[in-house]
Amino acid sequence: MIEDFRDLTGLQLDALKEIGNIGAGNAATALAVMTGDRIDMSVPRVGILPFDKVAELVGGPDTLVVGVYFQVTGSAKFNIMFILSIEKAVLLAELLMGVPPSNKNKLETMELSAISEAGNIISSTYLNALAMFTRMTLMPSPPAVGVDMAGALLDGVLALYGEIGDYVLVLENKFRKGDLDVIGHLFLLPEPEALDSILSALGVNF
Amino acid sequence: MADFKVVQAPDKLITAGLGSCIGICLCDKAAKIGGMAHIMLPSSERARANQNRAKFADTAIEDMIALMVKMGASPKRITAKIAGGAQMFNIGNSEVMKIGERNAKAVVEILNKNNIPILAQDTGGNFGRTIIFDTETGELLIRTIGLGERVI
Repeated sequence: MIEDFRDLTGLQLDALKEIGNIGAGNAATALAVMTGDRIDMSVPRVGILPFDKVAELVGGPDTLVVGVYFQVTGSAKFNIMFILSIEKAVLLAELLMGVPPSNKNKLETMELSAISEAGNIISSTYLNALAMFTRMTLMPSPPAVGVDMAGALLDGVLALYGEIGDYVLVLENKFRKGDLDVIGHLFLLPEPEALDSILSALGVNF
Repeated sequence: MADFKVVQAPDKLITAGLGSCIGICLCDKAAKIGGMAHIMLPSSERARANQNRAKFADTAIEDMIALMVKMGASPKRITAKIAGGAQMFNIGNSEVMKIGERNAKAVVEILNKNNIPILAQDTGGNFGRTIIFDTETGELLIRTIGLGERVI
């Protein structure tokens, strides 16, 4: 079994990146259909990061964000977190509901529900692609949505990895509209056992 | 995160975005020495990766007290304030959900065991906290999003 994420070889990391690529392609399409806009995705990044660096990817631990969290079970265990800036979340809620949110700084239950549904669609399409590619059965939990500091939303999830290591493997997918406009980040955090299953499915488990 | 620092007053210590993690602030006002730890997990005992002792409540508190004493603090005068331990998400009754509560419980137990009085505690809830500890006055400022600020 992978004892430490830092032991992964370059080839294995590339294989994981490719998985992220396939998943994100599908998810970007779903997001484009939802919003009626052209959504680009950047080449996914795979990173082995110490816990305190994960929140940096979305602007630092006290950045206000909307996080949609899923647990994935089945042939492999993952944690998925879809993170949006509050501005993008407001925009997404507006696009999905057809009316602007009543308060730009505070999202209401219905708006959160719309965002959580968007997160659900994005994550499901992402997972479907992974499942097809690896021939694994992957089952997401219902989404849980939180609006708070990025560090706070992430640390309970990261704590799951704390007993087995000091690093997490993060597959980061960025969805963009235009060149600079980041819509959201999707983080996929596989558990070590899951990583073994994926690497075997891809034939790079050496 | 998973780290601690000990400083001389009047330096201030800050940690941002505590969710289920806990910020443990210790202070010996007479010796003008204060410390802050940002722990992730309750106990190092069953952990496979326990090299980073600041990640766990038990070892972080032990090491922080030792360093404070080495710098001139008296274990008898050290007092504590703690904040964090929230439950940010709610999916069934999985482990991620309970970690904040377990952290808070462990921190209180360990401080009690070391005879360190807890002067104030702001734990639980479902919101993040950024905390700033003034080692001169012993005041702990807690910032939240949407729930304002408070000093304990």
